[in-house]
Amino acid sequence: MTGSLAAIGAGIAVIGAGIGIGNIGAKAMESIARQPEAVGDIRANMLIMAALIEGAAIIAIILSFFIS
Amino acid sequence: MRTKSIFRVFLLLAILIGGFSNQTLASGGNDAPFNPGETALHHIADAHTFHFFGDIYIPLPAMIFYDRNGEGITFLPSSASFDIGKSGNGNIAIDRYVLQHGVVRRIKDTSFPMGKVNISWEGHASHGNDHSGHDHSGHDHAGHDHGQKEKGMKDKIMDELDKGHEVQAFYNGKGFDLEDRTTLDGGLAGGGMTSYMDFSITKNVFTMLFVAFLLGFVFLRVAKAYRTRDGQAPKGLQGFIEPLFVFIQDEVAKPMIGEKHYARFMPYLMSAFFFILGLNLLGQIPFFPGSGNASGTISITIALALFTFLITNLNGNRDYWTHILWMPGIPAAVKLIITPVEVMGVFLKPIVLFIRLFANITAGHIVIVAFVGLIFVLGESGKNLVGAGVGAVAATFLTMFMMALELLVAVLQAYIFTILSASYIGAAVEEHHHAEEAH
Repeated sequence: MTGSLAAIGAGIAVIGAGIGIGNIGAKAMESIARQPEAVGDIRANMLIMAALIEGAAIIAIILSFFIS
Repeated sequence: MRTKSIFRVFLLLAILIGGFSNQTLASGGNDAPFNPGETALHHIADAHTFHFFGDIYIPLPAMIFYDRNGEGITFLPSSASFDIGKSGNGNIAIDRYVLQHGVVRRIKDTSFPMGKVNISWEGHASHGNDHSGHDHSGHDHAGHDHGQKEKGMKDKIMDELDKGHEVQAFYNGKGFDLEDRTTLDGGLAGGGMTSYMDFSITKNVFTMLFVAFLLGFVFLRVAKAYRTRDGQAPKGLQGFIEPLFVFIQDEVAKPMIGEKHYARFMPYLMSAFFFILGLNLLGQIPFFPGSGNASGTISITIALALFTFLITNLNGNRDYWTHILWMPGIPAAVKLIITPVEVMGVFLKPIVLFIRLFANITAGHIVIVAFVGLIFVLGESGKNLVGAGVGAVAATFLTMFMMALELLVAVLQAYIFTILSASYIGAAVEEHHHAEEAH
């Protein structure tokens, strides 16, 4: 039973990260469409932000492994 | 033309997956049902041999230091001396050391004869003596489940690796339990606790040395090209490396660290980027000299993140430490909350750095193995040929897709590691001229 609880926790973490990264992607696309000349800066910042959000999700998933 | 090359890639992958399935059948055994989790963990784990094809293994130097009968420290020279046989199991035990699935392990029982002894890996498990470690027999199932709860992640992975195999070496018809492997990857700090010291050049160590020598070779040649072809357009290898180098310099180091300080940290950032990229890409190749899952090994990523941690904090200037310990420009009550968070952040940043790299690379590898495992899940371990055929076609397409995605991830994770390292270092060396700036 603990295993399935951990899986639920991992799933919730992924939902959060998915929403976050989705928002970043949407806003980045929008801003690239508005200012195509800034595509390089936007892309770099988008990746950093995605990596930070992913970090939070990964910590949650690793914790769900440990606690279970 | 393009269709043709895609077809070629497809064929190559189909052949590779065929070879892989051969190996998996050999290691999984025909009697035990196929276990995707166990197979995946086995394939991302470190080993003392290189699996080449079928039952052919490339031995690696197994430098294991131990005290032999109180005669002082001796060491085992190579994993070849174990006479590697079917599915990476050694046919010979040397001074209680055996090779199990390509990994050197020690027999727990001290009454086991020293010296070279012929052993076998098939027989009836005996659970008579003090075999409390990894007991998978059915009769004490309840007790086993109870024990499961107190086990950490390491033990769980250990169990996962052992499941389906009776991990016992047989000598004169009697089974002997083995100690934990030292090369337990995907565990916490990269190994189990053992009674001996293992300095072997394992698969991961070999991969790292290979990448290091490759990078040395490439960069010395490129550096020479810059000296001899001064003022001319870059050519060959130089033309391949230069855009990557300039990219890291202009898009990562300069904006993150600043024009003034960036040159000091360029050697580290470049080394980190190309080393991680090399490990990631080499890990993508499913056969020798690739297949070592070095950047998906937590102990290796911990070491890499430790460098970033040390460089960041040793170069931290006054502003950096003031902002951590006593943030200027906010009320004292808030400072009491901010300071612990900031101090925690100092350690959390590199922790997230190594977990990210480890998790991304490992997850990619596990997904690929799981897709290949479709062949056995659908084929019911060789009983259902039609299912196996369907699985093989599906697995080839899915693996092609995952491999392409993994290539992107390999470059992206190297880039992210570098850019985050650069941003941490940049925060440490940045000079604040106006402390009352909003934070």
